[in-house]
Amino acid sequence: MYPKDYQQGNFHSWLPFWTLLRREVLRFWRVSSQTLLTPIITASLYLFVFGATLGERLSVMEGFSYAQFVIPGLILMGVINNSFANSSSSLFMLRYLGGIVDLLVAPLSPPQFILAYTLASMLRGLLVGTVVWLISTLFAGLPWDAPLLAILMAVVASFLFAQFGLIAAIYAHNFDTLSMYSNFLLLPLIYLGGVFYPISILPPFWAKLSLLNPLLYLIDGFRHAILGVGDIEFLTAFMVSGGMALGLFLWAAWLIGRGYRLRS
Amino acid sequence: MKIALNIENLCKSFAGVAAVDGVSFAIRQGEIFGLLGPNGAGKSTTINMIAGVTRIGSGSIQAYGYDTRRDYRLTRRMLGVVHQEIVIDNFFTVDQALKLHAGYYGVKDDPAWRQMLIERLGLAPHLHKVMIKLSGGLKRRFMIAKAMIHRPHLLILDEPTAGVDVELRHGLWDFVREINAQGTTILLTTHYLEEAEQMCDRIAIMNHGKLIALEPTRELVRRLSRRRVRLWLDRPLTDPPEQLAHYQPVLEAEGRELLLNLPVDGTTGALLRELCGLGLSIRDMETQQSRLEEVFLQLTGIDEHRRKNSDVS
Repeated sequence: MYPKDYQQGNFHSWLPFWTLLRREVLRFWRVSSQTLLTPIITASLYLFVFGATLGERLSVMEGFSYAQFVIPGLILMGVINNSFANSSSSLFMLRYLGGIVDLLVAPLSPPQFILAYTLASMLRGLLVGTVVWLISTLFAGLPWDAPLLAILMAVVASFLFAQFGLIAAIYAHNFDTLSMYSNFLLLPLIYLGGVFYPISILPPFWAKLSLLNPLLYLIDGFRHAILGVGDIEFLTAFMVSGGMALGLFLWAAWLIGRGYRLRS
Repeated sequence: MKIALNIENLCKSFAGVAAVDGVSFAIRQGEIFGLLGPNGAGKSTTINMIAGVTRIGSGSIQAYGYDTRRDYRLTRRMLGVVHQEIVIDNFFTVDQALKLHAGYYGVKDDPAWRQMLIERLGLAPHLHKVMIKLSGGLKRRFMIAKAMIHRPHLLILDEPTAGVDVELRHGLWDFVREINAQGTTILLTTHYLEEAEQMCDRIAIMNHGKLIALEPTRELVRRLSRRRVRLWLDRPLTDPPEQLAHYQPVLEAEGRELLLNLPVDGTTGALLRELCGLGLSIRDMETQQSRLEEVFLQLTGIDEHRRKNSDVS
């Protein structure tokens, strides 16, 4: 009745990973009105305000309309917020409702666990970013100076915030602490990270202080790749962003590898 | 007899308090093994360490000869776990969740096996309902189906019938017997001691994190049980006869019933001879064997504790 030897049995080593990835994608797809539609509507409102109304009267970067300046920031904001929201809320809900034990007792390795959550979160983030870009074409066209580098920066951003989401979900004690990561950390860093203005227009002290904001490098690097100009050298922006992504990945891998706050 | 699960000197502490303290036992392939104990005895912690939900403090666990830490991907495929708490994925229907669970275990969906579990556990009419809409009993049934979906060698049932009505309980135990007969080894914990007595080939009892008994169920009950003899007397007594003091006699029903405790090595024949010698006029008699529940209470000291408390009050 049962396979005699499990080592030679019908075990498919990567099937647990694909199944978890499928589960994660189905999860956000099933509640797409919250996970996809809401962020797209929010970004569309920003585009309308800064592209079609206020944008006409603003100019912050020579040679580009304000809409052209702000659109890359809004695209990346969608990528960042949604990559973070996906991994953080999904893992935290599993922890909170106890469903995590189903994964803990399954033959799922820690790298498979991280990879499945990361890819699903990246997919959601990049999906929202793509839709925001498509909607933005109604307001302004972008020069796409180095499209592959722009895609690379978006991928790095989504990877980085998928890791940050996992870390937040592991450390959060309740929904309040989880929302604190988003409201009191992520939101100010995004808003002060050059989405709506270049740091070059700030007084020197605030411009220097902004360099401490890790999100500045992601947003400026992404915009640099699209517009061909930015406040920071692209290589610097990429290296800092890549370094942060690697650091957060190692942190998340360490937490999940030892089952911190997942296994008692 | 091959060993399905071998636990050696297992320990686990939480905040310096030992939850499991040097527990060792082995479960043979094909048996139904009961792990009993009062709340907080360390049963669920032991089961969680076997399943991988809780990290092993010290000691080792081997499933079918493989270490559950070193070879965790192999051993977890051999285990199916029905957790004490209801664990469901609210986003999915019963059918979708069962397919996902097969995948978590690296097993491709086997429609015939899935269908068998669905029908055997009465889930067919509820297949396309999302989990949140299932009743408590259905969720329990689903938990068993999902634990069996990858055809485990060893099924671990941690209080599977907690809060379940009598009919469903019987149905679930019938199913457990059936899969056991087909070759699945069973490790179960339950608070229904009568059911454990009927179901289990061997029983281990835990208390305060330690293993305090491990025997075949019948031997455990026979060795530790107290046999009582109740006598209905023709003429009521005012005091129990002094000659019967070593049987700890108790008079009940206004002296018309005499209750005697037989010592472990005592026989009913010897007692009858003594009673004849005393010239007591006996109308009827009945021997009573204490069941697993009494043995359990006796071993875990709960009986003694209750008695002391009632003496105080």
